[in-house]
Amino acid sequence: MNKVVANAAEAIKDIQDGMVIMLGGFGLCGIPEKCIDALVKQGTKDLTCISNNAGVDDFGIGLMLKSKQVKKMISSYVGENAEFERQLLSGELEVELLPQGTLATRCMAAGYGMPAIFTPAGVGTEVAEGKEIRNFNGKDYLLEYAFDADFAIVKAWKGDTHGNLIFKDTARNFNPMMAMAGKITIAEVEELVPAGQLDPNQIHTPGIYVHRIFKGTEYEKRIEQRTLRSYANVG
Amino acid sequence: MQMLDKFGIAKRIAQELVDGYYVNLGIGIPTLVANYVPEGVEVILQSENGLLGIGPFPTEEQVDADLINAGKQTVTTTAGSSFFDSAMSFGMIRAGKVDLTVLGAMEVADNGDIANWKIPGKMVKGMGGAMDLVAAAKNIIVAMQHTDRSGNSKLLSSCSLPITGLQCVSKIVTNMGVFEITPEGFLCTEYAPGVNIEDIKAATAGRLTISADVKEMQLG
Repeated sequence: MNKVVANAAEAIKDIQDGMVIMLGGFGLCGIPEKCIDALVKQGTKDLTCISNNAGVDDFGIGLMLKSKQVKKMISSYVGENAEFERQLLSGELEVELLPQGTLATRCMAAGYGMPAIFTPAGVGTEVAEGKEIRNFNGKDYLLEYAFDADFAIVKAWKGDTHGNLIFKDTARNFNPMMAMAGKITIAEVEELVPAGQLDPNQIHTPGIYVHRIFKGTEYEKRIEQRTLRSYANVG
Repeated sequence: MQMLDKFGIAKRIAQELVDGYYVNLGIGIPTLVANYVPEGVEVILQSENGLLGIGPFPTEEQVDADLINAGKQTVTTTAGSSFFDSAMSFGMIRAGKVDLTVLGAMEVADNGDIANWKIPGKMVKGMGGAMDLVAAAKNIIVAMQHTDRSGNSKLLSSCSLPITGLQCVSKIVTNMGVFEITPEGFLCTEYAPGVNIEDIKAATAGRLTISADVKEMQLG
């Protein structure tokens, strides 16, 4: 059992043009910074990226957009990125917007071996167009399929050599369910320890879901909205 | 005419908080509600990126990039808080565990339809968690200005903008008053200090009834 790879470049080396990849994170919080950098260096193109957001112009998935590696984004909220907007309006980039809970639950379904889920989110809206509707107990629900991703790339706080993962605070977000959903799952962690050193009671993602793991260094962890107590709005 | 400012709207909505409530506050005016929780009332704020128990904004020393709210602002946690993943976060929303949701809106129809995510012809940013919240929450209060910048009513007979959710809003608090959604349309139960009923009628496009018990809003 050895899931440890040397670095991000080795972890992502067989991600190929045209693949579907999931990237964990909410905004810039809990994103796999190191693998994104490595994908930009590797130059893999025509990627379909499933990720709640699309980064900002010079950080996160925004870096992959800048180098025109993304063919399609599947996200719930994408507004923070001027290059994204330019590519969308010029038709270079395809975007599928989904309710955030639908996005999370479609990942979850994949990780739980379920082909689809029913959700009330989006009923009566343009999200429902072309989707099957079923009525349960008098309420309408949309049928949404499990995602099918070639790779899932997640960021955790701590991991061990068996791929067990622990996340920190709200940097957990989409990471656990994406970790469960990838055909191949890559985890980058801030702290990597030998198997046996993490308390099994505290594991968020069991190692069975994780195929490759490495320790990232020099995390930037950029903050989108640094809001301090003194700036709080009180009338 | 004097109308409420955004802080007044937030103060009025805070009166809806009940001890023990789990509450989801949207971005903008809804976030301000947290500043006016009444004395003796303990509520737990949910952030859909995976936190129950949102605390105040951090001091410089407390700032942690791994700890943010759904508006991507740095936050802290309260005693008894918990973290969870995005699937569980929307699971608790879908399952009706969240007692009160406060959202902003561009338009609300008199049957409770809400539009708050997209303006055709403008850059579409996405719905984020709004569609999940409005589809499942059992008690949704909308916080918004009564009219848009050009003076057009945002309380309509039907939404003109793309829908976020159908027949889901229970109450609206605007800078002019408080309006419940009823089978007869908007029911005005309170007017803001300095606003008269004729002003409200003129600024409301959907079906409007004035409650027999209508009273002036008390902001304390």
